[in-house]
Parts: sequence; structure tokens; C-alpha cells
Amino acid sequence: MKLEIKNLKFGYNSTPVLKSVNMVAEPMVTAIIGPNAVGKSTLLKCICGILKAEGSIVFNGKDLKEYRKDEVIKTISYLPQESSTSAVMTVLEATMLGKINSLGWRIKDEDLSASMDTLEKLGIEDLAMRPMNELSGGQKQMVSIAQSIIRKPKVLLMDEPTNSLDLQRQLELFDVIQTITEDNGMTTVVALHDLNLAARYAGNVVLMNGGKVVASGSPASVITEAMIRKVYGVNARVTLDGEGIPQVIPINSTRKCRIKKAITG
Amino acid sequence: MNVKSKEVYRKMTGRKYLFLLSILVAIFLTFILDIMTGPASLSAKEVISTIFFPAYSERSVQVIVWTFRLPVALMAVVTGITLGLAGANMQTILDNPLASPYTLGISAAAGFGAAMAIVFGVGVLPFAETLFVPVNAFVFSLLSCMAIYGIARFKRATSETIVLTGIAVLFLFDSLLALLEYTANPEQVQAIVFWLFGSLTKTTWTTLGITVGIVLLVIPLLAIDVWKLTALRLGDDKAKSLGVNVERMRLKGLILVSVLTSTAVAFVGTIGFIGLVAPHIARMLVGEDHRYFLPFSALSGAFILSTASVLSKVVVPGIIFPIGILTSLIGIPFFVWLLLYKKRGYW
Repeated sequence: MKLEIKNLKFGYNSTPVLKSVNMVAEPMVTAIIGPNAVGKSTLLKCICGILKAEGSIVFNGKDLKEYRKDEVIKTISYLPQESSTSAVMTVLEATMLGKINSLGWRIKDEDLSASMDTLEKLGIEDLAMRPMNELSGGQKQMVSIAQSIIRKPKVLLMDEPTNSLDLQRQLELFDVIQTITEDNGMTTVVALHDLNLAARYAGNVVLMNGGKVVASGSPASVITEAMIRKVYGVNARVTLDGEGIPQVIPINSTRKCRIKKAITG
Repeated sequence: MNVKSKEVYRKMTGRKYLFLLSILVAIFLTFILDIMTGPASLSAKEVISTIFFPAYSERSVQVIVWTFRLPVALMAVVTGITLGLAGANMQTILDNPLASPYTLGISAAAGFGAAMAIVFGVGVLPFAETLFVPVNAFVFSLLSCMAIYGIARFKRATSETIVLTGIAVLFLFDSLLALLEYTANPEQVQAIVFWLFGSLTKTTWTTLGITVGIVLLVIPLLAIDVWKLTALRLGDDKAKSLGVNVERMRLKGLILVSVLTSTAVAFVGTIGFIGLVAPHIARMLVGEDHRYFLPFSALSGAFILSTASVLSKVVVPGIIFPIGILTSLIGIPFFVWLLLYKKRGYW
């Protein structure tokens, strides 16, 4: 089930952020990469309907505008960049919130069961009784994922999910994302800064710059030394590993550092 | 069916029900104690038998209980519920642990509105004269809520900006109140000052009935949104992605807070810190699943005010100490403790 974005435009007040974005995401992990402030987060918010954009977003052949609101919520799950750190609730309660539309004063057995099943699937069932405010950043992110996948969405949108996670947690998190995407046939779109993570885990990479998609395709076709120099202004070495996955080693900035210039004259 | 889920859930909710039951018992005890204490001490047995079987009690005890002490003791519980609910709702919708009708100036605004009615005998809306005080209180508290809401929306103001706006509102209405006192005659000033101290002694069965009616009206309006309010605690973007209309929830919440606060202020005066402290106690004990958080905040408020009502009669024997002063004296140390020792990141 394809997610197609056609001619999407959005601006904050009079400042355009998305200038006619076109892209396609298939049922796999798609990474959106690009420098800061190119519109990656804004694009995800437009797809899930938090921001109202011009243009069309088509999923499974039908424009999202034709979906009922509850259908959109059921179909698309969105994980914001900053998940709340202060909510005082248990992991089980937070996970259940993912099914907010079916929750009443009395919790149905099926919702309870679905919550625990989701936690078990992610291997965090031992945390069920733990308060969210006592969890580490990585654990919180896992709970956010549980909350997002409990209603079995067809599209999963994630904004910088590895922010504030150590290297091991980053890899573990992406292993989970990749597995649930494959197992459920989901269309997962992840906005990412880390080019190596994008290269390793995404089947499709979309490069954004200046509010537009400037390249898309396999990681090896998009993540190249020339692209990194042109879009990021960084000299980098890109080599392909045994599986043909690009590995990026940044070397230096192509722009002369202003601080260095000020010191050295 | 995942068997473990039921077991985990039962364990989790069992603890919360235990807390709810404990606070209900505590409220019942302070409520009885509240009726027992006063110039003429009554025994618990006398109080209970007079409440449930008034015909079998002495006439004098009947009058003390039914005419004087029962409405006051009930008003303490109901006003506590009102302020606890207002505070909990406000902290959630403004996503701020320091939000409460008192700290953000809503009580001050309601106080100013009510004082205006006392001094000039005029209402801002054309209601019956007897309703000038509550209606003025409501209009001004709503105005202050809207000012805070407006600033909060303006360029995505941060939590700190909201609190600072609230403080500005507090200073503004305190100054306006001072101006009003400056222009008023000595009798009016005395009436305002006494009324601002906060007192349950003015309670009648009618004012109690109105307060109960308003609380009963607001509770279902909050109850239908318990999950949406809980989702708000995950942050605006997450709540929006779950289908919560965040802006509408905020607006509705602030209107309800205005209704609750103005009711309390109009009939009891300015009672500080309950709206701030009660939600924090609830958060620590039952968490922020609003199915438990809202009732527990309400009951914590009831317990604090009922306890304060008892203390107001025993602090200085023979004198009923103004309850508003007492709640502030109890509330301020708790507030400072909260700021200095935020245990385990409760907010």
C-alpha cells in the first residue's frame, strides 16, 4: 500500500516551508534526510494531518481528504520528535492511550490484552507497571512506539526517533522499527539526521533541501560524496560495505569555519 | 486474551482504588470532626444521630447541626472539590505544574469582579441584583482566563510565559482591587477585606445548593473528556495525532475553570493554594490517568479544605480564623517543598 505525496505546499505565516513536495513511500522503511530546517518535520506533520497543507496525500489509491477523521487516525500513527517526559502514568496506561478512540471508563479486556501483547512484541512487558517518568530515554521511546503500533496502523511516521539515544539503543530501536514494518507490511517514514542509520535501515531514502525533494531512491544512489558536499556542505568519504550499504565518514565542512577564521585571522 | 494483562491491570488499579477509599474515609472523618468542633462541642455520636435521625435529637443540637454547622461542613467539602477540579484541569490544559486559579490570578480577577458588585452594587451583565456578586466574579475570571489563553496561543508561548502572564494578571487585579478599596467607604472596605480572607461561615443552604449544582453540571463535562485530557499530557503533537482537538479542549477547559473558580470565590471568598496543591497530591498517589486523577484531585481538595475548616475553629479558641489565610499558610510551605524537592520527576 503506497503513500503518495503530490505537490504538497505549506508555510508558517507567510514563510513557505514546503514548496511543492512530491514523493512516494512503499511498504518499507523510508528515511527522509536533509539538513536542518528543510521541512522534514513539517512534512510528517502535514501527512498525519496536524498541519493542513495544500496538495494531495494519497494512501492506497485514495486521497486522505476523502477518509473520515477516525479512519485517518486508525491508518496513520505519528511519533513526534519530543515525546513528553513528564506524564505521570504507567507504561501500560500510556500504551493503551494509543487506542484512545475505543477507550471508555471501563477498560475492555481486548484493549488491555492488545496493550500487553504490544509490549511483549517489543520485549518491554516487564515495564508495564513502571511510571513513565522513571524510564530512561530509550525506554520512553520504546513505549512511544508501542503506543503508535497498538492500533496496527498502516502508516507509521517517526520524527528523529533516535534523538538522545546512545549508539546501542539507536541500533536496537531501528531493529525493532524494521521488524515491525516488515511483519505488519507497514509504510514507515522516518525523518533522520544520521545518514549511516538511514543507509543501514531504510529501503528508500528521500533527500530534502530547501522545502523540496531533491533526490530519492536506494541508499547507495542518494547518499553519495557529491550529494553530501552539495546539500550539507561537508566533505565526506562514502564507501560501500559488503552488502552494498553506504558508510559515511565526515571529514570537514566546505565552508570556512567562522570561529576558526576569527581566531586565526 | 493475554492473561498477564488483566493481572497487571488489576494490581495497578487496585492500588488506586485503595487510595480513593482511604481519602473518602479521611474526608468523612474530617467532615464529622468539622461538625463536632465549635463553641459548643458535640460528640461524634450526637452529630451522626442528628444528621441521620434529627427527630430523636435535642432541639438545640438539631439547630446547631442543621442550621449552622452542616451547611458549612458540606460547603468546605464541595468548595474543596471545586478548587481541586479547577486546579487539576488547569494544570493539564496549560501543561504547567504551577497553574492554579490562585497562582494565575483567576481568583484575584473573580475577587475584583465580586468586590465591584459589593462596592458599587452593579453587575457587568444584566442579572438579578442577588446574582451580581457571582456573575461579576464569573465574568472577570473568564476574562482573565481568556487573557492567559490568548497569550498562550500567541506565537506558541512557552509554559513560563503562561505563568508570567498569570502573575501579571494577578498583579493587575490586585492593583484594581486596591484602587477599589481606596475609593470605597470604611464599611465597604471592611466587607471586601473580610470577604477576601475567605470564609465558610457565610454559607447558607441556598449557596451550598448552587455550588453543588454547578459542580454536578461540570463533572459530566469533564468526565466525557478524561482520555483526551490524559492524552494532552503526552504533548500537543501526540494528542493531535490521536485525534484530540487540542485548541477546543483548552478553550472548554478554561471556561470550566472559570465557572468553578468564580463559584468558589463568589460564595466562599479567595481560598488559596488548594487548586495548586490538590492535583500534585493526586499525581503522586494515583498518577495522571484522568479517570483517577480528576476525582482524586477533587477529593484531595475536599480533604484539605475540610481539615482547614476544623483547624480554623481550633487555632484560636473561641474565634473562627479566616480559612483563606489558613490554606495559604499551609499551602505555601508545601509549594516551596514542591519546588525544591521534585521527587522522581513528578512534572
